[in-house]
Amino acid sequence: MTAGDDVEKTFAPDVVELFHRLDREAREGGYNLNPDKEFTLRLVEGLVANQKRYGYWQCPCRLAFGEKAKDIDVVCPCYYRDADVVEFGACYCALYVSEEWIAGKVPQRSIPERRPQEFIDRGYSKPSPAEPAGAAPAGGLKLPYPVWRCQVCGYLAARDGPPGVCPVCFAKKDRFERFL
Amino acid sequence: MGFVRVDGKDKKHKVVLYALSTCGWCRRTKELLVEEGVDHEYVDIDLCNGDEKEKLSTKARELNPRGNYPVLQVDDRVIVGYDPDKIREALA
Repeated sequence: MTAGDDVEKTFAPDVVELFHRLDREAREGGYNLNPDKEFTLRLVEGLVANQKRYGYWQCPCRLAFGEKAKDIDVVCPCYYRDADVVEFGACYCALYVSEEWIAGKVPQRSIPERRPQEFIDRGYSKPSPAEPAGAAPAGGLKLPYPVWRCQVCGYLAARDGPPGVCPVCFAKKDRFERFL
Repeated sequence: MGFVRVDGKDKKHKVVLYALSTCGWCRRTKELLVEEGVDHEYVDIDLCNGDEKEKLSTKARELNPRGNYPVLQVDDRVIVGYDPDKIREALA
């Protein structure tokens, strides 16, 4: 038995199961969970607790409004994760970290909050679907399909509607925006 | 829920921690205060209800308008986030 199994024994089975699922999905998408297993399992325990409390994976490190529409940008994985992992080596919670973080090349402590102040004050406000977030195609090009963008990882899909789950970061359909 | 008192030998400062129960950096901050033997009190705002939650989150926002946690108050000084060097310096 490895030390890792001992740590797992102190957590509920649903927490351990979700931990393994997130670990697998992270690797598939080119991300890394924090290798400090106890720290990470505690955060996953927080996600499980928040799923029960709010009905979604509210960020364990941010106070929830308790309404999904207001909290959607900080449902895990949040819209700020990728930029934070690139700039600071870790997401806001340090659930997702970079290779540099794992190698100990960046300080392992809290990072600044990237979420815009207006969302912190009043909750997320969704861009209207009638106004695509991207620039209009040059020369008035007419696209045969609308383009949908995953707001977590930036994956683009040209199809009638967004995919049910992002194939890169496993974010759900409601995290997509009309891009073009 | 409300505030939890943690006794410690070091009573030099008035130390109050505003935290979230599910936050890893909040937990690290709680552990640091215990390791350093600091007499303090903390509150997990996400575990509070109704008026108490509103009152405490408003207080934390007065100390830190960016709204992130943990918020540590050492006398009149406010330290946002888990930053062991800054925390130890404030507690010195």
